[in-house]
Amino acid sequence: MAITYTSGAQVEVYRFSIPATILIPLTAVFLQAWLPSRFPFFTIFDLPLLVTIGFATARRSPLAGLVTGGLIGILQDALTHHPIGLYGISKTVVGFGASSLGIKLDVEHAGARFLLTIVFYAVHEVVYFMISRGLVGLRMAWNWPHEVLSGVANAMLGVLVFMVLDRVKQRT
Amino acid sequence: MDVLGRYRNLIVLVGVLFAQVLGLAVQVKRTTDSEPTRLIRIWAVGAVAPLEKVLVWVQTSTGNVWHNYFYLRGVRAENRNLKQQIEQMRLEQVRMSQDADQARRLQALLAFKEQFISQTMAAQVIGSSGSEQSRSVYIDKGEHDGLKPDMAVITADGIVGKVLLVYRSTSLVLLINDHSSGVGAILDKTRLQGILRGTPAGEVVIEKVMSDETVPADEMVLTSGGDGIFPKGLLVGRVTKVAPGSELFLNIHVRPAADLSKLEEVLVVTKIDERQAQSERAGAARAVDILAERLPTVPSKPENAVKADDPRGITPGTAAPKGTGADAKPKTVPPEASAASGAPAARKTASSAPSPAFSSGTVPDTSSGNAVTATGDPAIKASPKPEKAKPTTTIAPKPQPAVEDSPH
Repeated sequence: MAITYTSGAQVEVYRFSIPATILIPLTAVFLQAWLPSRFPFFTIFDLPLLVTIGFATARRSPLAGLVTGGLIGILQDALTHHPIGLYGISKTVVGFGASSLGIKLDVEHAGARFLLTIVFYAVHEVVYFMISRGLVGLRMAWNWPHEVLSGVANAMLGVLVFMVLDRVKQRT
Repeated sequence: MDVLGRYRNLIVLVGVLFAQVLGLAVQVKRTTDSEPTRLIRIWAVGAVAPLEKVLVWVQTSTGNVWHNYFYLRGVRAENRNLKQQIEQMRLEQVRMSQDADQARRLQALLAFKEQFISQTMAAQVIGSSGSEQSRSVYIDKGEHDGLKPDMAVITADGIVGKVLLVYRSTSLVLLINDHSSGVGAILDKTRLQGILRGTPAGEVVIEKVMSDETVPADEMVLTSGGDGIFPKGLLVGRVTKVAPGSELFLNIHVRPAADLSKLEEVLVVTKIDERQAQSERAGAARAVDILAERLPTVPSKPENAVKADDPRGITPGTAAPKGTGADAKPKTVPPEASAASGAPAARKTASSAPSPAFSSGTVPDTSSGNAVTATGDPAIKASPKPEKAKPTTTIAPKPQPAVEDSPH
């Protein structure tokens, strides 16, 4: 009998230990806050987003994905001077979407991860832009070249981040 | 129940999103109220800031060890160069202190109040917000160190931003290139005033300058003091590009003098003194007197030659303004006006004695000398060149007994 990728039996579900679940997102938020002060170009990356996607695709649980994304986003919001919830909402949506998609697709391949990260980076930016301008009324400008470049850069870094996460995830 | 079970994930997602949107709405509604900082912010900053401080300390210590003990190459040559630079700067400082002295005297005449930075506190940048949408940095000084919101943050190169949020031992500084930032700015030469704002792309522009104004490239931009946060006269940057903006205004792009992407140490202005500039000169202190000092020197006329030259005599009944501070006001001598109207030239006496000593044809040569009254007080000086009649403010000098009074 042919085994398809949509077969639930084929999709492996992973989990992370409690220390990893707490420390990895904290480390990501901390590095995102600290590295740009020393390396200004680092603002182009979004490490917490990559960790959200990595956790979501590994766990393959929409509930866990949206809660993880929401918490990571709120923590990231707390370090800015904007209202808390902008990154929270964006990463909640990404966490839910990535984990839902992770159920359907094989995301172990580097190429798949690269594409997945680009797509969800775009989703994240669109949601953030809409919430910021529509709900909060912030002055935001959408710059296509910058967003495309950021998407590609984040996707490349994402492949490396997922490789790191592969080492700490545990099979259920 | 079957529906709930089937769409459980979606329901939870909607619930979580709704809760966060609600939280956003509450925050946005309350931004105008002054409130204590939210707990989540305190916890998040409290979790991240200590680690950042430790890392910065390790980095600084390692750098100090390297620089102080190992990297000593070229120190002697560098020392020599620095000494030469110091000598040049000392000469420059002498010249500038003379300029500053003159400016203070002029300001005193105009009764301007100056703002002086009287106290600053050095702080180290330990982190950033981590977001391109929020251009801000964290510094390692907070409430314990006496910092308060809306304190100006500067570097030796120029202004950086203002303190936005203060925690126990950390503070969030909003940079001038953030799109929610606004600074009162003035162009150095043209004296055009505008509002300096950040853009979403992280650039700095001056807004609210009318489009019919001419702005030269590379003009220096200074703080105008109008925002109540930055004292007047601090360097902001230089004009790089002028483009038409929205409606009737220009969009003036500015390159900040301070490198906002590589901040390591900053100064927080913790105290600003506001006082009236004191004139250090005793006696006559008119604007024309002060400016005349900067003109090529003309030998001053001997005192006894003044009366002999002037057929009408200088009216000694008028005392010169002995002004410091608010009493001294600038005046100009309009000989044409006096000739035409017979009105008093540039001075009025408290006793309202009829005026002036000067008519258009008989202005004595008092280009730089003092006309001395009978009391020995220096009286009004006349400008050697005819000037256009300008509206002048009157001084109320001390009443003096009229000694001589020459009618027209």
